[in-house]
Amino acid sequence: MSDVTTGSEWEVVVGLEVHVELRTATKLFCSCPNSFGDVPNTNVCPVCLGLPGSLPVLNSRAVEMAATVGLALNARVQPSRFHRKNYFYPDMPKDYQISQYDLPICAAGWLDLPDGHRVGVERAHLEEDTGKSTHLGGGGRLHGSDGSLVDYNRAGVPLVEVVSAPDIRSAEQARSYVAELRSILVATGVSDGRMEEGSLRVDANVSVRRRGGTLGTRCEIKNLNSLRSLGRAIEHDAARQVAVVESGRQVSQETRHWNEEGGHTVPLRSKEEAFDYRYFPEPDLVPVEPPGELLDRLASEMPPLPAERRRRLIDLASEGRQPSRAAEDQVATVVDLGLDDLVLGAASRGASTRLALARAANEAATDPSAARGLSVESFAKLVSMEDSGRLSATQAKAVLARMLGEGGSPEQIAASLGYEALDPSQLSAAVETVLATNGAEWQRFVDGDEKVAGFFVGQVMRVTGGKADGRAVRQVLAQRRLDSLAP
Amino acid sequence: MTTAADIAGSVRSGQCSAVDVATAHLDRIDQLDRSLHCFLSVDRSGALGEAELVDRAVAAGRDPGPLAGVPVALKDNLCTRGTPTTCASRILDGWVPPYDATVVELLRRAGAVVVGKTNMDEFAMGSSTEHSAFGPTCNPHDPSRVPGGSSGGSAAAVASGMAALALGSDTGGSIRQPAALCGVVGLKPTYGMVSRYGLVAFASSLDQIGPFATSVADAALMLEVIAGHDPRDSTSIPSSPAAVLARLSDGVQGVRVGVVDELVEGASAEVVSAVSSAAEALAKAGASVESTRIPACRLGLSAYYLLAPAEASSNLARYDGVRYGLRVDGPDVEAMNVATRTAGFGDEVKRRIMLGTFALSSGYYDAYYGQAQKARTVVLDAFAAAYERFDLLLGATAPTTAFPLGDRTADPMSMYLSDVFTIPSNLAGHPAVSVPWTTGGDGLPVAVQLLGPALAEPLVLRAASVVEASAPGVPPPCGDFLPSDGTRSALPRQAVGSGSDGLPREGPA
Ligand SMILES: [Zn+2]
Repeated sequence: MSDVTTGSEWEVVVGLEVHVELRTATKLFCSCPNSFGDVPNTNVCPVCLGLPGSLPVLNSRAVEMAATVGLALNARVQPSRFHRKNYFYPDMPKDYQISQYDLPICAAGWLDLPDGHRVGVERAHLEEDTGKSTHLGGGGRLHGSDGSLVDYNRAGVPLVEVVSAPDIRSAEQARSYVAELRSILVATGVSDGRMEEGSLRVDANVSVRRRGGTLGTRCEIKNLNSLRSLGRAIEHDAARQVAVVESGRQVSQETRHWNEEGGHTVPLRSKEEAFDYRYFPEPDLVPVEPPGELLDRLASEMPPLPAERRRRLIDLASEGRQPSRAAEDQVATVVDLGLDDLVLGAASRGASTRLALARAANEAATDPSAARGLSVESFAKLVSMEDSGRLSATQAKAVLARMLGEGGSPEQIAASLGYEALDPSQLSAAVETVLATNGAEWQRFVDGDEKVAGFFVGQVMRVTGGKADGRAVRQVLAQRRLDSLAP
Repeated sequence: MTTAADIAGSVRSGQCSAVDVATAHLDRIDQLDRSLHCFLSVDRSGALGEAELVDRAVAAGRDPGPLAGVPVALKDNLCTRGTPTTCASRILDGWVPPYDATVVELLRRAGAVVVGKTNMDEFAMGSSTEHSAFGPTCNPHDPSRVPGGSSGGSAAAVASGMAALALGSDTGGSIRQPAALCGVVGLKPTYGMVSRYGLVAFASSLDQIGPFATSVADAALMLEVIAGHDPRDSTSIPSSPAAVLARLSDGVQGVRVGVVDELVEGASAEVVSAVSSAAEALAKAGASVESTRIPACRLGLSAYYLLAPAEASSNLARYDGVRYGLRVDGPDVEAMNVATRTAGFGDEVKRRIMLGTFALSSGYYDAYYGQAQKARTVVLDAFAAAYERFDLLLGATAPTTAFPLGDRTADPMSMYLSDVFTIPSNLAGHPAVSVPWTTGGDGLPVAVQLLGPALAEPLVLRAASVVEASAPGVPPPCGDFLPSDGTRSALPRQAVGSGSDGLPREGPA
């Protein structure tokens, strides 16, 4: 996707607000289970239903997770307090949201994107989630619907809202920021990172300006449920804003809704229609001061973050040379899926890092949760078997698929599949058979057309039932050509 | 009157049955409450069932607890599982809490028998119980007068012997002022001493639950049952409360008492004279008594009438017709919200919601809410300074005796002034108790107020005990609506004397 403002006199300025559902066992202010997808209104109690007389009690695990987010984002984790954000909303049981306002738990951090661009993180604060409405009729929107059903299972689920500085300059950077943040949240165990389930929700503040000029009026875009939506919405709204300004009008400050099907944003409410939230300190809760010992413990328990894990793997895979783009992509995938320990483990057992990386990023990545359950020994063995030629690449992939699906050791699976490496004479015989029936292609290969090699590999695979190793076939072909050219 | 301690003692020792005590009080409610209207609901079968459990425990040799068989009334803003909790508001029409407030659990565990839920100003907003959606409560000493408020039903129920003890809530004086007007003891404990879990919130940073009783000792007894840390209330004090009863009669020898000018100023002559007499009584008992000034107390009323409505505007937002209580349908959600709230809330509640919403609005926050918070800090600092020189403070509870029904409803400001002496303790979060002193010329009760620093309940109640013992006292109400034979038959013989009204009465102290 190319950026609308690339190469033009216009620059897009983006700040992102990312709402992260924390993976606590229970909700933020009560002991109801924090779980997704249960029967509606079963994970509720007087507190999260906001029944008269009920009072919130802060979940200390949520505080620890929020502090962990702060530490991972290089932020200051500070004494904080809760405020009430007042507005009427049927999904919100108390008609106010308990959130943080003037003193968020985390302030003044940053996040480095993989390309090296640094994005400031102004704050990260704790707040409670709302319930979820289903509107009957009226196209699924509240307005014009025949009636609404509300599920309060999500009401009171802990959220951390991470607010970036307006340091993002393209849709690509915005996607990269969210992807990197997501990796960090998954790595630290505070979130499952599932955007499609709403575990991670993004609002984008977008404005445009002439390069180097003063900031323009911003619009807040809501309903960005995927990285794709995020990128498209920023592209679209930046283009819309440029068109508005170029036509001599002014961008009005408003909240806009991203329409995924239509591929455009529509106004939701103007600045004048914005709520007056009447924030005031939450009198039912006391200030939160994470003790220094807790922060020390959280810091010491901090797992290696994705940037460091990528660096470690790249260093290993590139062996001092400039890493290829393909290798970088494989490393990013492997780290993102949490398969880097598998690759590192295989490498430390003597398996080829390059091959382990490829199998992890391509085949294991198709079923990441099964892949994370693989034993490092088995995976290392599989890679070594392929590397030594005992298994062909095709066979190795089939064995790996079986390991992911049903488990078992690679040796046993290979044996049960009848994968025995062909001995050299069997392989030569197979090659000869193929060459005998494809004389024209052979001549082209002898004349230097390297692409025909792939064709021969495929043919040899066919006659050997996939048992041949592609590299071995290529070696035999090359030797055979040398022999035929010899005087 | 028979004290709660006497009832509990007799029931625990098997001298009288909890069912008999409960029956006698329920019968009295049947007889009296048509005229007084203290109760919004009475759960006769529930009360008798609880009483029977108490009797069975005694028969089985188990101790039912310090309030065994004591009939207790609960202000109708305390959640009771399975019975309606209305806050005297139409908006909670039909709502039945699925849980008991912590204090209700504690009372039941101590053997108390809940006889019913009492009338109040809607959502505790008022000083006369006239702002109840279900009609006012009358003062048992003169049914043409108000009982005070907002916990007027609880105060009047205890004053008229329909319950031996009652709970109320005090946000700006809502326990102490009706206690004063009805001639009973009313205590507002330190903020956080009693769990607020299950108390329907009016102004969360000021609300506190406390007892009504016919004696200081009974108030202390009830306080010991309901006080203590509750993990369900984050503002609950972590430490366990000091024992109060054990040292209740230790006296006030050497205790430094300051009589606060600002807590007497503007009171009627008989109220002023009651405070002076109480001061003399304390001095006579060995306290050093001095007059003092705390000018910051004057900031209390205006700060309170910004802070309490601000919190209330948020606390009462949830009554939107979506989940429970009243719903008045409309073409869309917002219209339904508006129609429900318009129909469900009374004028005083609407007035305070609007006031509070305004005080928190962007552009006005600093001038109103912010300023009021600063004033609250000033009051707190002034008390802290005063408590460097004094152990306790003394003043009036209410500026006047009970006023006639309808007298102040048309003029909110005059109603708000009823709380001028009680509000400072709520702003500071400190304990304060109203103790009956005597009856005024109009035959209505006059009371004094004792105030102490945070957690000073033991000392405050010791001094209250001294005042109580020296007071001319308030005789039980003797209106026409009272029956000639009250609860005598069910009550322990040896504990009662006969009052002038023919009601059981404890012998003079
Ligand atoms: Zn819950």
